[in-house]
Amino acid sequence: MSLDKATVASIAALARLRVPEERLEPMVADLNTILGFVEQLDEVDTTGVEPLASVTGHALPQRDDAVTDGGYPERVTANAPDRVNDFYAVPKVVE
Amino acid sequence: MPGLFDLDLVAARDALRAREITSTELTAAYLARIEATAGLNAYITVTADRAMAMAAASDARLAKGEGAALEGLPVAIKDLFCTEGVLTTAASRILDGFKPTYESTVTANLWRAGAVMLGKTNMDEFAMGSSSGTSYYGPAVNPWRGAQDAGTPLVPGGSSGGSAAAVAGWAALAATGTDTGGSIRQPASFTGIVGLKPSYGRCSRWGIVAFASSLDQAGPMTRTVRDAAVMLSAMAGHDPKDSTSAAEALPDLEASLEAGVKGLRIGVPAEYRVDGMPSEIEEIWARGIAWLRDAGAEIVDISLPHTRYALPTYYIVAPAEASSNLARYDGVRYGLRVEGENLSAMYANTRGAGFGAEVQRRVLIGTYVLSAGYYDAYYRKAQRVRALIRRDFDEAFGRVDAILAPTAPSDAFAVGANEDDPVKMYLNDVFTVPASLAGLPGMSVPAGLSARGLPLGLQVLGRMFDEPMVLRVGRAIEKAAAFTARPAMLEGV
Repeated sequence: MSLDKATVASIAALARLRVPEERLEPMVADLNTILGFVEQLDEVDTTGVEPLASVTGHALPQRDDAVTDGGYPERVTANAPDRVNDFYAVPKVVE
Repeated sequence: MPGLFDLDLVAARDALRAREITSTELTAAYLARIEATAGLNAYITVTADRAMAMAAASDARLAKGEGAALEGLPVAIKDLFCTEGVLTTAASRILDGFKPTYESTVTANLWRAGAVMLGKTNMDEFAMGSSSGTSYYGPAVNPWRGAQDAGTPLVPGGSSGGSAAAVAGWAALAATGTDTGGSIRQPASFTGIVGLKPSYGRCSRWGIVAFASSLDQAGPMTRTVRDAAVMLSAMAGHDPKDSTSAAEALPDLEASLEAGVKGLRIGVPAEYRVDGMPSEIEEIWARGIAWLRDAGAEIVDISLPHTRYALPTYYIVAPAEASSNLARYDGVRYGLRVEGENLSAMYANTRGAGFGAEVQRRVLIGTYVLSAGYYDAYYRKAQRVRALIRRDFDEAFGRVDAILAPTAPSDAFAVGANEDDPVKMYLNDVFTVPASLAGLPGMSVPAGLSARGLPLGLQVLGRMFDEPMVLRVGRAIEKAAAFTARPAMLEGV
């Protein structure tokens, strides 16, 4: 499987990543090198093998669905590039 | 009387407790050393005022005969750990100006143990790399130079290269690192220090900037194996704020350190003899095997058949998790914002300007392998192979107590090398990635010098949560290797 320029541009759009036109071609080459490398996995017979997503060996701990933290909006928003009162400010979404 | 810099972490701890030195004096000496070694670019941020204040507080406690396990010991923190009120960048432009309003669990544990923070160390951007060359703040540099080529700056490895350079260059007594596919062990090998990646779950990931959550693990980078045991004891522990944090109690890591390897079964995996491996890597490995055999261990040939598929598996799993984790950097809540004509354009502009080339590659690969139609072919497939890699280790550890392997396939390379092809850089992690995928503890111990006069490490792998065994075997190698070589820059310090 080899990616072309249009596919990489659409992946970049999905990833919300602006890749300038002149960077697209080298990116296509890099990504194809990486994909070519990882496609070695096709050689491995994984019939009947359960996927391994976590190595913790324990089930995800559960707790009561209760608020355990919070109540300090000024600390939460302290690093925001733009804010209004206790809110994050973003470019206008709805006209 | 040895100088301040001759003291390793444990020796400095003992000298502080005996009141032979003060933390103020020790910390000031290390801060001066940080200035003197600024050319290593080991630090992104130096917290001198905070360090001196913490040292004074430690001295007050020590004067009263109090003081916790690391009281008054100046350490460096990889810039991936959130530190309250102190710039935390992950070496990325996208975290420009970010000062967390909270403290990571691991660093909070260290401060509770009395450690003194010298500053935040340089690294590969978002811990993605094996050279510390992808940092937005410029490459970190290895204190070591090649014997015949002293003019060429070398990489300290990565991603925890700033931490490694700081410890090896005596600009920190010890440091924290993080290891996702080898980021503690490979830089430890390149700089002649000890680096320990604990079992997945030993150290809380809470407050560590996430790269690949099923793999990321914090650990110590130190001068000696005993230092690593002492430092990890302070860093580790169960944390309810990290759902993957292990509930298993941390055993006394120093108790069996000197127990030796007599009667232990040490596995040597056939598949780690890879094509094109330099002969000096094979030689140092053979020497390590001989040391352990001479010390009474039984050497057992083992097979880890899926070893060669570990790197391709990793380069699907890690980018997939990274693309998901890095979705949070959108110019809204923290860090860089680059405006655009609408919200979507603002996201894309911010991420395009804020992420460096390697991070962008991994975000794109990760997005692709998780996208509809490719998820099963790539991501699911990689998770299945990951299960086979784990099974290989489970079977091997039914027969052996620990595994011995090289840490890295080469000694330190030149700054700027291996950057023409991303896969070339990835191959650095060929010996470290398998244990990462299986979640197992691994440690690199300095074992000797290459023909170029550069450090080479050997790697000890253990069963899940068997850090005591890893440390015990590592200590045996440390003793046999008697590695006393130092970078030339330390002469006269």
